[in-house]
Amino acid sequence: MKIVVLVKQVPDTWGERKLNIDTGWLDRTSSDAVIDEINERALEVALSYQDSNDAEVIALTVGPASAKDVLRKALAMGADSAIHIVDDQLAGADLILTARVIAAALTKADFDLVIAGNEATDGRGGVIPSLVAEYLGVRQATYLDSVTITSDSVSGERGTENGSMSVHATLPAIISVTEQSAEPRFPNFKGIMRAKKKPVVVWSLGDLGIDAASSADSGHSVVLSTRQRPARTAGTKIVDDGTAGVALADFLAAGHLI
Amino acid sequence: MSNVLALIEVSPDGHVSTTAAMLLGAASRLGTPVAVVAAAPGSSAALGEALGALGAEQVYVAETAEVVTSLLAPQVAALALAFSALDPSAILVANSIDGRELAARVAARLKAGLLIDAVDVRSDGGAVVASHSVFGGAYNVDSAVEGGPVVVTVRQGAIEDRAEARSASVTTVPLDVDAAAFAVIDAIHPLPAASDRPDLRGATTVVSGGRGLQSKEKFVLVEQLADTLGAAVGASRAAVDAGFVPQTSQVGQTGVTVSPQLYIALGISGAIQHRAGMQTAKTIVAINKDADAPIFEIADFGIVGDVFTVVPQLIDAIGKRGSNS
Repeated sequence: MKIVVLVKQVPDTWGERKLNIDTGWLDRTSSDAVIDEINERALEVALSYQDSNDAEVIALTVGPASAKDVLRKALAMGADSAIHIVDDQLAGADLILTARVIAAALTKADFDLVIAGNEATDGRGGVIPSLVAEYLGVRQATYLDSVTITSDSVSGERGTENGSMSVHATLPAIISVTEQSAEPRFPNFKGIMRAKKKPVVVWSLGDLGIDAASSADSGHSVVLSTRQRPARTAGTKIVDDGTAGVALADFLAAGHLI
Repeated sequence: MSNVLALIEVSPDGHVSTTAAMLLGAASRLGTPVAVVAAAPGSSAALGEALGALGAEQVYVAETAEVVTSLLAPQVAALALAFSALDPSAILVANSIDGRELAARVAARLKAGLLIDAVDVRSDGGAVVASHSVFGGAYNVDSAVEGGPVVVTVRQGAIEDRAEARSASVTTVPLDVDAAAFAVIDAIHPLPAASDRPDLRGATTVVSGGRGLQSKEKFVLVEQLADTLGAAVGASRAAVDAGFVPQTSQVGQTGVTVSPQLYIALGISGAIQHRAGMQTAKTIVAINKDADAPIFEIADFGIVGDVFTVVPQLIDAIGKRGSNS
């Protein structure tokens, strides 16, 4: 079983995250870059299968040179190898181009199962697994709160706004997992040391046979403008002296909120 | 005017999604609103009436029994079929879990550009422009599509415009679904009957509770205040992780993003990930024991105090005002 886990370097949600006002792109210099938490859960789903089955686990990322750090983290957690797609032409890539690149890389790498997080904390799109599934023509079982992997299929509970459903897909397939799916393991010292020797393959767009400019044969998104909202400031703050509930009712009434 | 397709989600038992009115309202701004539905055979008459009442000029019903057995495939096939039949200038889909995934598959299939999680859409010289609220509302970004058709997912509850009710023309087509590249639905477990409370997404007032509510039993206080105000109930991730409320109530970075007129945070410290889901609320009220809780940095009215004494007094005071007026 060959399992590819999609991982992404994102700005740390514990810090202030910024966009470049001129391009609308992420300002990568303004905040700490980390592996997205949901990717650790996706990796955990793969590793816990590998713990008791014969499986190869590969971490794959698309990102600038700095994104190799998230691959090292994945390798330290237990992935066997990693693929890093890096190319200057990918700066500012939209969802469509990113998904085309991932699809091409998955074809080149080959896979039985692809595991992704349900949505990244930065873009919050949640569409990459579906785009990739369509490009590859493979089944998608996405937004899974729980996952069961067998040698020829994957199943789980898909949670949505309206309830949940039990779904399954025969392999090859792409799944995405939610925060409920798994608690990720911590890399131990041995894992961190071993990660340094594990292979990381670097591919460019040329290696994948993709010309970013030829994405013009498909619709692509363009950023028209980016504006920063003024930061919120604190208003009235009182310490309850036994009448704060009444004071709050007065405040709400004055603002016609009750 | 060109056709604008709005993919309407319908539950397995035939209920039209609460996002339908918003999508048709948004579509009517951009062109002629056409509702597209994948539904079980025999449902087109009822759907035509319901969606006409929400402003659809035309209701395009693609009928297949596979709506309850194949995950997303019927909706994707219905949109692709409607696209080739109706030559629309844009496709709108709710940014729900199902919606954004089927939007992505349709965009890839049609070689369309994809604009996600729009909080507003408008037509600018014939081009569709989407507005996005990024990083918890810290930035407003406008985007458009070049070089192909446009698929936009619209944040649930974000657009208040509604189209005028009309008598819709109904087109019913049989749908041939190629489900080979989709997962199989083995069982459907709908949520228990919805409460009378408004939906968290799009609610005018939201009352949220955090770890400070201490237990699932005591979280009832949040619901009591919500019901006094006619508000939706939300929660911090800490309250969800502690099992006080289901994950569907989670407001924040990895939950629902809300932008109500009034947001009341009870016993929520206001970690940056929670603020990312609510800081665009018009008015924010916070009650917390900890005077240093970061929620106070963005609260228009903050009370350092015990939610279990302040909130009952507030409910009582609101009740007295109601009875006096």
